[in-house]
Amino acid sequence: MKEKIDRLRKMVNVLQVVEKHPDLYFITLEGNQLVMALGYLKNTLNFKHLAFMQAVDYLEDNKFMLTYMVYNYELKANLGVNVFIDREESSMFSIHRLWEHAWQYQRELYEMFGIDFPGSPRVDEPFIMESWEEMPPMRRDFDTLAYSQKTYFPRPGRETNDPKEQMKKAKYPNYPDSPKIRRDDE
Amino acid sequence: MKEKDIKIIEKEMKLANEGLPEMERDLFADDRPSRIEPLNKYLEQFLNWARARSLWILAYGTGCGAIELRPLMTARFDAFRYGIAGRPTPRQANVFIIGGYASLKTIKRIVRSYEQMQGPKYVIALGSCTINGGMYYDSYNTINRIDYYIPVDIYVTGCMPRPESLIAGFNGLKKKIQAGQCDGMNKYADNFDWYKANQKQIIKDWNMPDYNW
Amino acid sequence: MNKISESKYKDFVADRSKYPEMENGKPVIDLDSHKFTKIWQGPQHPGVTGNMSVEIIVNGDEIVDAKTHVGYLHRGFEKLMERRRYIQCFPIVCRICVPEPDTNEYCVSAAMEDLAGIVIPDKAAWLRTLNLEMSRVAGFLMWLGGQAGSLGMGAIGQWTVAMRDYWLDLFEEMTGGRIYHMYMIPGGVRKNLPLGFKERVLQTVDRTYKLLDDIERVFLNNAIAKSRLKGLGIITPEMVSEYGIVGPTARASGIADDIRINQPYLKYAELEMKMLTSNIGDAYDRTELRFQELLQSLDLVKQILNKIPENGEIQAKLPNVLHWKIPAGQTYIKAESTRGEHGFYMVSDGSKYPRRVFARGASYTHAISVLEKLAVNITISDLAALMVSLHTCPPEIER
Repeated sequence: MKEKIDRLRKMVNVLQVVEKHPDLYFITLEGNQLVMALGYLKNTLNFKHLAFMQAVDYLEDNKFMLTYMVYNYELKANLGVNVFIDREESSMFSIHRLWEHAWQYQRELYEMFGIDFPGSPRVDEPFIMESWEEMPPMRRDFDTLAYSQKTYFPRPGRETNDPKEQMKKAKYPNYPDSPKIRRDDE
Repeated sequence: MKEKDIKIIEKEMKLANEGLPEMERDLFADDRPSRIEPLNKYLEQFLNWARARSLWILAYGTGCGAIELRPLMTARFDAFRYGIAGRPTPRQANVFIIGGYASLKTIKRIVRSYEQMQGPKYVIALGSCTINGGMYYDSYNTINRIDYYIPVDIYVTGCMPRPESLIAGFNGLKKKIQAGQCDGMNKYADNFDWYKANQKQIIKDWNMPDYNW
Repeated sequence: MNKISESKYKDFVADRSKYPEMENGKPVIDLDSHKFTKIWQGPQHPGVTGNMSVEIIVNGDEIVDAKTHVGYLHRGFEKLMERRRYIQCFPIVCRICVPEPDTNEYCVSAAMEDLAGIVIPDKAAWLRTLNLEMSRVAGFLMWLGGQAGSLGMGAIGQWTVAMRDYWLDLFEEMTGGRIYHMYMIPGGVRKNLPLGFKERVLQTVDRTYKLLDDIERVFLNNAIAKSRLKGLGIITPEMVSEYGIVGPTARASGIADDIRINQPYLKYAELEMKMLTSNIGDAYDRTELRFQELLQSLDLVKQILNKIPENGEIQAKLPNVLHWKIPAGQTYIKAESTRGEHGFYMVSDGSKYPRRVFARGASYTHAISVLEKLAVNITISDLAALMVSLHTCPPEIER
C-alpha cells in the first residue's frame, strides 16, 4: 500500500497520509489534481472499485471535504482520497468519465450539499427531494428541527417534570441543594 | 335544454384542477367529494356487518411497516381467515395501511391513492411515526401527523408494530365499522378544504388533479 | 464465457425498422408519435422491490428507456445523526435497511469503536458474528420469496416468509426485538444467549434445510423459472468495477470479492468458508449463487454455534455514553450484507456529536445505474424479475 502511495507521489502532490488500518489509508490531495490522481489510481494502480464519494461540511472553516473511497481487488485495501474545496462557490471536477456510476453520487451531492459538478449527466435533476425550495438540506446551517416544526404540525407532547425539582417543590422544600459533582468525562 | 341554461351551468362549473396543464383539466373530476349518508337502519347494519368481513388492503408499502404485512399474510398469522386480502390496485381496495413515516414524496402518492379508492374506505396508520413523527420528529422530509392529510380510523402503535398488534388493529377496525363509527370518508368530504390546504402547504409542485375519482 | 447460446434471446433479432434512428447510441424517443408509451412501474405497484418506481418507455412490450426514481423513503438519517449524540445515533441506524438491519448496527458500532479505540471482548465478537450471519439467512429467505414471486410463484414466497418468521423468533429470543434488534451496542452486545438457544437454532437450521430442498426442486429446477431467468440481465466482469457492483451480484460475474474472506472482520477469519463464484452473470446465475450462499450461511451459523465460548465478558468498558466524546478522525467500516458491501463512513471532530455519518448502501448503484442499463431491450414482464435479481433495497439508497 505504501509503495502505491509512493508511486502516486511522483504524479501528484500528496499533502497528507493517514494510516487508519493496514488496509485503510486516507490521503489528502489538491483539488485541481484530483481527476488526474483518481485516473492514475484506477488505471495504473488498480484501485478499480469506487465504493462511494461523499462530502463533509466544515462550516466553521468555510470548506467542504470531499471523500472518494476506492478499493483495490488485488491488494484488498481501501484508500480514501480527501479533497478540500471552497464552500461558497462549491464546484468540483466531474469524474463520470472514470466510473459509470459516479454521476449518481454527484447528483446526490448537488442536491443535498449544493456542490456543482459541471458536465455530469443529469446532475440538476431532482434525485431524492421533490418540490424542495429551501437550501440544500445536508448543509450544516440548515436547521432541520426548526423546519420540521414550522412545516409539519408537531403534536404537542406531554408535560414532564424533572423528578429532582418536582420532589423538592412538592415534598421537601427545605432540603439543601447537593453540591454538583463534575464527572471526569463531562 | 335551452342554450341559456347551458351557459348558466358552464358559468357555475369551475374547473378546480389548477395544477394541471389546461389540456388535461377536462380529463379529471372537478367535483368535490360528497358525504355518504347511511341508508335505513337495518339495511345499514347489514351492510356494516358485511363490510367488516371483507377488508381488502391496498398493497402499497409506504414505509417500513410494510415488512410485517408479509408475515401477516403467511401461514403463521394468516390474516386471510379474517377476510383480509391484499389488492394491487386502489380501485379494488378499501383499507389503506400507512406503513409508518410518510416522506414528502410519498405523501403525494398516498393522497392520490387514497382518493382513488372507492368508498367506503378506511385508513389504518401503523407505527409511532404516523402519530407524532416518532424518531423522525425533527426530520425535514417526513411529516409528523398523518391525520392532517388524510383521515385516520385507527392507529397501531409501536416501532415496528408486531403482526399481533396489527391483527388487534384490524379487529378494532372491524368493531368500529360494525358499530357504524368509521366515518373517515365523510370527515374527508366535510373538511375537504382544510385537508387540501394542508396537503398543498407541503406539496409545493401540485401537478395532480384536486380530486381523483 | 457468457453462455448466450442458452439464452432465450439467442434467436431474437430486434426489428430496428420500427425503432427510431439512433443518435449517439441512444434512441430518439418522441412520445407524441404514439409509437411509444410511458409507464410508471411503481411506487404503488406489486412488482417493485419496496417503495420505489421505474419510469419506463415501451415500444410494444419492449422497454426502450428506463429511469429509476427513488426518494420515497428518505428520512434524512445523515442529517438527523448530526443532531444526535453518538449513543443516540445507534437506535436509529437499524431503520436504514428494513429486511436486514443488523449490518447497519454492526457498522455504526464498529465505526465508533474504531474511532474511540475500544476493543470488544472475544465473546461479544462471536455473538455479533452469529447475529450478522442469522440476519443474512433471514434476508436471503425474504429475497428468495420475492424472486419467486416476481415470476408468479407466490407459493414459494409464502413458504420462505413463514420460515423467516421462525428466524425472527430466534432473533426475538436473542435480542428482544423481532425486526429491529438494537443488539450490537458500541462496546459489545446487549445480552447473553438464553439457555438452550443453541438447540433451538439447530432445529430451525434443520427445518430450513428441509424447506430449501423443496425450493430447489420447485423453483431452481423449474422450467419456467429457468427459461425466464436465463439470459436476463447479463452483467459482464468489466461492468462490475465500472458500475460499482458488489456482493453476490458481482460474484455471479466471476469477481471474487467477499469482504468476509478478503478483509475478515469479527470472527470470520476463524470460520471455514469458501468463496462462491460463478461466471455467467445472468439473473438465473445470481439466483443460484444466492441460494448457495444461503446454504453456506446456514453452515456458518452451525459452525459459529459450536465455537462460541461458554463464559466471558460481553461488554467492554465504555465511558459515560451521554457525554461520550470521540477523538477527531475518520474511518470506513464495511460488512458483507446479503446485497454486498454495506459500509459506514464516519467523521468525528472531537465533540459529542458526529460530524458526518454516511451509509453506503449495498444496492446504491444496482437500483439506478445498473438497472437503467440492463432494463433496456427486455420486456415489461421481466423487469420485476430483473429488479429482484439485482436485490435492490430502496431505503438504503436514499436513507
